Amino acid sequence: MNFETFIFYVFSAITVFAASRVVSVRNPVFAAMFLVLTFFSCAGIWLLLEAEFLAITLVLVYVGAVMVLFLFVVMMLDVNVEPLREGFVKYLPVGLLVGAIMFIEMVLLIARSFKSDSFPAPTSAAAADYSNTEALGELLYSKYLFQFEIAAIILLVAIVAAIALTMRRRPDTKYQKPAEQINVTKADRLRVVKMTSETQQRNS
Amino acid sequence: MLSLLHFLVLGSILFSLSVVGIFLNRKNVIILLMSIELMLLSVNLNFVAFSHFLGNDDGQIFVFFILTVAAAEAAIGLAILVVLFRNRQTINVADLDQLKG
Repeated sequence: MNFETFIFYVFSAITVFAASRVVSVRNPVFAAMFLVLTFFSCAGIWLLLEAEFLAITLVLVYVGAVMVLFLFVVMMLDVNVEPLREGFVKYLPVGLLVGAIMFIEMVLLIARSFKSDSFPAPTSAAAADYSNTEALGELLYSKYLFQFEIAAIILLVAIVAAIALTMRRRPDTKYQKPAEQINVTKADRLRVVKMTSETQQRNS
Repeated sequence: MLSLLHFLVLGSILFSLSVVGIFLNRKNVIILLMSIELMLLSVNLNFVAFSHFLGNDDGQIFVFFILTVAAAEAAIGLAILVVLFRNRQTINVADLDQLKG
């Protein structure tokens, strides 16, 4: 067993442990934390597979953005987890059974179709000046340019949808109306009163 | 020596775990969303593994797009969750019966 295999087993053990805790832990905050651990160790496995750009993207985008969003929402909602846990023990056997069956089926198919000698590991090491980011960028901006633009539109739609869904007008909030503030004229604010002149009376 | 088999089996373990998670936490929308993220991660792992062992970078582009869509999905899902909690004061799936479905 060489060092690479050792690293793989360490990282996959952490990944599987953390993933099993994500689905079994009681507190949603801990579940989010274990999901962060899962993503992190999975990024390590992707580094083993020489997908450096995606490994860093996984850490930055998932751990840095998506999981922080999850944590925000979990902490913002005052959720009572006890009623949400009911049925956990009841559905444990059937869930484990279905999971085990799916796993065995997938492994049977994989072991039949992808024998270890049919997909040999690429032996030729990449050149010293090879850049995974550059290779991906060239593909992304030439062959997959159209799909890239669609992805950009999907993100834009997601932004608009998320804001439109969560924005609300509170009746007790006071808003400024800048347009009316700017449009105001002298006649709106100032009233000139006609009156006869008065003399100041002094008590002597 | 690491083979493609190692990574595919790891991906199937992750996928099965997230299916179990959907079964166990069928009342809690937050954990359900997390299980879906876990599923997407296992699929991404498969794509990266195939991309490495076939010596073809196109698989990594797919992962890129899956990450994009997953981020959008998480953002909208959580936004719906927040609106839901604001209106109903619960995120229990069993209580969401307004549509009488």
